[in-house]
Amino acid sequence: MNLFSLIGDFATFFFRSLFIPWKFRTSKDRILEQVYNIGVGSLPIIIIIAAFTGLVSTVQATYQMIGTVPRYIIGTTVGRMVLIELGPILTALMVSGRCASSMAAEIGTMRVTEQIDALEIMAIDPYRFLNLPRIVGTFISLPVLTIFAEFVALLSGAVYAHYFLNIPFSVFSYGIIHFFSMRDFFGGLVKSLFFSIVIAASGCYFGYIVKGGAKEVGRAATYAVVSSSILILVLDFLVALVIFG
Amino acid sequence: MIEVKNLSKMFDDLVVLDNVSFNVTEAHLVVILGPSGTGKTILLKSILGIIPVDSGEVLFDGKPVQSAKESEIYDIRRQVGFVFQSTALFDSMNVCENIALPLVEHTKLSSRQVRDKVQEILEIIGMVGKERLYPRSLSGGMKRLVAVGRALALDPKHLFYDEPTTGLDPIMRDRIVQLIIDLKKDYKKIGIVVTHDLDTAEKVGDDIYLLKNGKINKLKKIGKEVYNG
Repeated sequence: MNLFSLIGDFATFFFRSLFIPWKFRTSKDRILEQVYNIGVGSLPIIIIIAAFTGLVSTVQATYQMIGTVPRYIIGTTVGRMVLIELGPILTALMVSGRCASSMAAEIGTMRVTEQIDALEIMAIDPYRFLNLPRIVGTFISLPVLTIFAEFVALLSGAVYAHYFLNIPFSVFSYGIIHFFSMRDFFGGLVKSLFFSIVIAASGCYFGYIVKGGAKEVGRAATYAVVSSSILILVLDFLVALVIFG
Repeated sequence: MIEVKNLSKMFDDLVVLDNVSFNVTEAHLVVILGPSGTGKTILLKSILGIIPVDSGEVLFDGKPVQSAKESEIYDIRRQVGFVFQSTALFDSMNVCENIALPLVEHTKLSSRQVRDKVQEILEIIGMVGKERLYPRSLSGGMKRLVAVGRALALDPKHLFYDEPTTGLDPIMRDRIVQLIIDLKKDYKKIGIVVTHDLDTAEKVGDDIYLLKNGKINKLKKIGKEVYNG
């Protein structure tokens, strides 16, 4: 399969999964289940990642700038770095590793055990049954997780600055608030919306096209994570170019 | 009535179905016999349009499957219950949810009505009290029974059984065979059984065909010699 046909198949798969009658009466429970799995399920790991991101950002910003700029600039730098870049991208990469792989493995297993054939024979559209809830669930969950991650990262940065760098909360938060721009915040959220689509679409797509057995299911999980991670980085650049370029 | 007309299917150079034709008439259970690997499952899935064929067509009460639009195929499939050899039960759902799924998806029954219908099906398949179990906790035979139950959920006109007794112990095999006979006699559920088991074929079949080397032939009587020559 060459790259162009893969992109074509991927796009067709995505639109086929989303632009169908949703049958909300039966789909809503499955969407909520995915929101719970992706959102609540990812929360512990996101808290850990975000906390350390805030700590490292504060350490690095301080190392590079302390003594040359007012101390509140440390808060500004950490704040903008987290809101624009680190919050959205680290959350997306973490959710990709956790959820794209599990989507590919779950749907791939359903493919090789004929459960998807069973859906088709029962006249239940597998795109609506399997893919739609995962795509919509990720679309809802990822921006919320991103906001949460940003909050935790800023909090951990502020705590570290207060106790170890002699930068009081008031000074650190002044730096964040004084230079806060809605464009930074919403730019990060727009990124996370795009990221959510590639994470869910990759997971579902590579699971759905599995042929074979356990080995192919494992390979699908790997492809899902690798492709969504690459697409996240590419989209990160493109969205940054449009919004901040 | 199901009319299968000149179905042909090749995988690379391997001819799996070669102008296969037969009919499933009212009140008849058709058995497709054949050794393992002859394409019986492919035939069954081709009839329902799951696997595309190279040529030929299938008519369900005069409606063509192969040239039908997606919505029309789904209408046809709603008239068919399919029992997979692998059972294909949803492992994230318990017995009750597996059987209820087609009802939840295709009907507007209240949850109380769905529960009643599931209970009715559990009684037919003899699985009352097992509704909270997950497929991983069931034996192969019990899974097969639940698969029959799920196939019955929408009260389909036809039932397709893919190797319903393969790999089962004799007691469970007899139970499944009796269930197929009862469903035909008491609930008028006719359709197609594909199997390589001569005993099952003889007990349940009204019309018995042999699929071998891609060709299908109607058998007048069956015995071990049908697989020879």
